[in-house]
Amino acid sequence: MKVPKTMSFYDIIERYRDFDFDGFLEQVTPAAVERALQKDKPGDLDFLALLSPRAAGYLEPMARKASQLTVQYFGRTIQLFIPLYIANYCGNQCVYCGFNRTHAIERRKLTLDEIADEARAIARSGMRHILVLTGEAREVTPMDYLEAAMRLLKETFASVAIEMFPMDEPEYRRMKHAGVDGLTLYQEVYDREVYTRVHRAGPKSDYSYRLEAPERGARAGFRAVNIGALIGLGEKRREVFFTGLHARYLDDRYLGTEIGLSLPRINPAEGGYRPPHPAGDRDFVQFLSALRLFLPRCGLTVSTRERAAFRDRLIPLGVTRLSAGSCTGVGGYAFPAQAKAPQFEIADHRGVEQVARAVAAQGYQPVYKDWDLIA
Amino acid sequence: MSWNFCVLWVGADAMQNDPLILGGTTFTSRLFTGTGKFAANDLIAPMLASSGSQMITVALRRIDISSGADNILDHIPRTVTLLPNTSGARTADEAVRIARIARAAGCGDFIKIEVITDTKYLMPDNWETLKAAETLAREGFVVLPYVLPDLTLAQRLEAAGAAAVMPLGAPIGSNRGLETAELIALLIENCRVPVVVDAGLGRPSHAAAAMEMGADAVLVNTAIATAEDPVAMGRAFALAVEAGRMAYLARMAEESRTARASSPLTGFLNANDP
Repeated sequence: MKVPKTMSFYDIIERYRDFDFDGFLEQVTPAAVERALQKDKPGDLDFLALLSPRAAGYLEPMARKASQLTVQYFGRTIQLFIPLYIANYCGNQCVYCGFNRTHAIERRKLTLDEIADEARAIARSGMRHILVLTGEAREVTPMDYLEAAMRLLKETFASVAIEMFPMDEPEYRRMKHAGVDGLTLYQEVYDREVYTRVHRAGPKSDYSYRLEAPERGARAGFRAVNIGALIGLGEKRREVFFTGLHARYLDDRYLGTEIGLSLPRINPAEGGYRPPHPAGDRDFVQFLSALRLFLPRCGLTVSTRERAAFRDRLIPLGVTRLSAGSCTGVGGYAFPAQAKAPQFEIADHRGVEQVARAVAAQGYQPVYKDWDLIA
Repeated sequence: MSWNFCVLWVGADAMQNDPLILGGTTFTSRLFTGTGKFAANDLIAPMLASSGSQMITVALRRIDISSGADNILDHIPRTVTLLPNTSGARTADEAVRIARIARAAGCGDFIKIEVITDTKYLMPDNWETLKAAETLAREGFVVLPYVLPDLTLAQRLEAAGAAAVMPLGAPIGSNRGLETAELIALLIENCRVPVVVDAGLGRPSHAAAAMEMGADAVLVNTAIATAEDPVAMGRAFALAVEAGRMAYLARMAEESRTARASSPLTGFLNANDP
């Protein structure tokens, strides 16, 4: 569908409200998959054809093309980054998340001194790009605190990105002025009914405010904006489809922003949530390849939610960014014993150096730094 | 046998007497290379050796001076001229600051100005680039601006003191070749400073075509760095650049849609001239 530039992404989702996804996916022919595979610029429905069960029979040619496109646009390089959780207070009730407010976990917020300790510990691993995370509790982690934390981290790291609660545009500008150059914000699930069901309470239950946050970030001037759906919550092919459409929507409107995406698969967290639509490894590879074919220049991140051996195999398939050496509890780098309950379980426990070696073993260069904010 | 030898020898001689001078430095190789996208940094030195490239560009944002880890600069022999670039800059101001940092860090006086605000097509911002060029040339940099091929802009860059102009052949990393050939031809015909075709050259034949047109040099990164064998591909580009340059110097015959008889029909008119 050709979409006018004035349309919001919400309008675009709405246009597909009555679209018969199941019927379309069932009726995809081999010829349709082959056509989509050959196109330089696959359209929306070509993309959907590549996500269909039928296209699973074309995994190898899809992966090959994905690999070749990625090398062309990104070279044989993988950017490494490390997450740092600075607080786990949260007012939301997301059924799949370890920080869910109903969970009786020990809550913690790092002081600025503790953040400085963490920064030093992380810097020793060689990591130069950092992603800073919190729960959503504005009263515990107000803007002033976050701003101070970002300024502090910017002294140590070449690139500081945030994955926090959605903010308004002036707040994102404050973050940018404090040294932040990247924003990661997952919609979690594009299906609105499911969204309402799994985000039971708290500010996160506002679907539209979250949906529009990546755009507010792009307008605020972040260099990189990263989106994604948490795979397992909604019907998976549809969720990947809307993730791809969302990335293209942003890419078409914000030429100054590098758009990236991620397909986090749900791992067990506190609360033992079982996702209704889990994706297997074959699905995951198909989705990743389809996204690459649809969006050749889009960054693709794979986190430590995925197993080490599996992550290594994904490197030549279109991935451009890997997290490494991650701890998903608050703090944990400077004083590992003090790390509190994780937001989700990690499946790749290797250290930074081990991951870098694995990247090199696949014939790719692990990149620690490719950015510096010249302030 | 001896005829072959003779041609090679004459060719080599023509190349010997055909140096490219930029910022007071003499280059006998007209292939400039880049450091991005390699599978490993230790491929860079052998690629430089095989290609004979004497100038290599490196993004300042990729250089990590703070850490003791693998520093890209350690992989570049001192005999090769560094061409730091301002990749990541979105305004003239940022480009100027990056250039000053590069010089302060000991990367020399050469600077490739790259100002890009569009991450989708990676098109250079010609206006901001011109502003940065004016400032940096005044500060004594050897300024090589990366631009969309526009003759008016090129002339303004010359007036501002740029040492060369670097028009793109096609979008960065696209491997599509000389899509802007007609516009680059105008620069080659009219610029007094060297014209270095940068970006988009995906095959050695693209580089040869640019040199045949009369480009003074080419800069190739993606096509070499992402080849299965970057060292061999570096050599392939070097040969293509040399062949293209030699063809240009040898004044290739014009292309023509109609046949031209090798024995002209009106030749007899000259034969009996008194």
